Amino acid sequence: MRRHLLSSADLTRDDALLVLDTTAEMRALADRPIKKSPALRGRTVVNLFFEDSTRTRISFEAAAKRLSADVINFAAKGSSLSKGESLKDTALTLEAMGADAVVIRHGASGAPHRLANSGWVNSSVVNAGDGTHEHPTQALLDAFTIRRHLGDIDGRRVAIVGDVLHSRVARSNALLLSTLGAEVTLVAPPTLLPVGVESWPVATSYDLDATLPKSDVVMMLRVQRERMNLSGGGFFPSAREYSRRYGLDARRMAQMPDDALVMHPGPMIRGMEISADVADSDRSVIVEQVTNGVAVRMAVLYLLLSGSSTATQETPQLATDHPETDPAEADA
Amino acid sequence: MSPAQEASPSSAQPPSSTPPGAERTVLDASDISRALTRISHEILERNKGADDLLLLGIPTRGVALAQRVAARLNSAEGVQVPVGSLDTTMYRDDLRLRPARALEHTEIPEPGVDGKTVVLVDDVLFSGRTIRAALDALNDVGRPHAVRLATLVDRGHRELPIRADFVGKNLPTSMTEKVRVLLEEHDGRDCVVIAEISQPTAGTAR
Repeated sequence: MRRHLLSSADLTRDDALLVLDTTAEMRALADRPIKKSPALRGRTVVNLFFEDSTRTRISFEAAAKRLSADVINFAAKGSSLSKGESLKDTALTLEAMGADAVVIRHGASGAPHRLANSGWVNSSVVNAGDGTHEHPTQALLDAFTIRRHLGDIDGRRVAIVGDVLHSRVARSNALLLSTLGAEVTLVAPPTLLPVGVESWPVATSYDLDATLPKSDVVMMLRVQRERMNLSGGGFFPSAREYSRRYGLDARRMAQMPDDALVMHPGPMIRGMEISADVADSDRSVIVEQVTNGVAVRMAVLYLLLSGSSTATQETPQLATDHPETDPAEADA
Repeated sequence: MSPAQEASPSSAQPPSSTPPGAERTVLDASDISRALTRISHEILERNKGADDLLLLGIPTRGVALAQRVAARLNSAEGVQVPVGSLDTTMYRDDLRLRPARALEHTEIPEPGVDGKTVVLVDDVLFSGRTIRAALDALNDVGRPHAVRLATLVDRGHRELPIRADFVGKNLPTSMTEKVRVLLEEHDGRDCVVIAEISQPTAGTAR
């Protein structure tokens, strides 16, 4: 792993598999009487959230606390940010407080990259969603959920359906799942596919009904009204028409293979992109995605923070040698 | 472990002083087998039977050893003693001194360790730091009635007040030597070898 987690594109296949394997162990921790590990004792994790979030912030907070890190929550509302403080001055404040990791969510694409590469802070930066760019921990938890249910991701067919244009989840998932060997198809009306999608490692389609029968996983995306309004709207004629062509209901779910999964990163709008009976069906792993989110974020924080700070830039060694049988590696 | 070393013609038991780079076999497959059988019987003797026993191997090779001991307990007493594994990585005292480490698998057999006599099984006992980490890890898993320690090799040089209850072989070593346990399950053959390494590991030994 590198020092930061800014984009799914930064993760090699080995990095991603390391995170997923670590996640499996972290998830087992939740079944123990003491759901805590001392791995990050004495480290400070700052949750810097410029945008509203329920799942992600709580999930990062729970993850850091289960690893015994100290957590400082920093929401834009009620802080000096609402008085007009810049990202740079906020970053310098965090640095002065000695943060080891900054988990940042920001409305502007690239804000985490700026924070990581500006030299303002020495801490590890974890992107928890930036604008319409990326949300790598969501992609990791989706990959983990798929792997738990379907086994190896290699060769699996994943359809990502809906508002791809405004979705950081779609981009992160497309990149990560391709790295892991899945065949990803983006399904959306032409107006909701991003410019330059040809350069992504994915197929595209405008026809949901044609894609469903050959999908092992169907990932539904929320229609991001708030971002559409910013650009004047006009992406589709009406909510009803969108829902009829790109919504997942019981009739459409029947076309999917028997063991196919229905996923949604949340928050979902029942009746728009997904019908209530599909969301609550036994094919749906939407609630489990949230559970896995904590374990994935524990794995990411553990891999970024547990080692020495100079060494975290290297790939963690996967050596399985028992330490006591191999004292020479202590000198490595 | 290093394939290059394994590929080298197996040391033909030269006399005790080992030139740098060479390795000598101190336990062969039948020695390991006899040691494990003896350890298994000692465990039964000490525990007065196999009641409430639970074996936890410390990854990687401790797990394979724990399974072998369990098989021997089974053939001696005719009972299935539960076997699991206990990863100590997140409890190590050198966690933050080195690059982030991948976790090993922890598996606590049902119904947990509460009230059981837990036997920790490891391949080599050296500084004792791994066992300290294991005791801390176990503390977060539950409250055993007692914890015992079985190790195939005790090579000395303890840095903590920790002692094994069941030892396969006491092996006096120098700090310039490296003890490696090779097991069929991981390395394709059973033996314990000592190799001379160039620089001593004093102080950094874990």
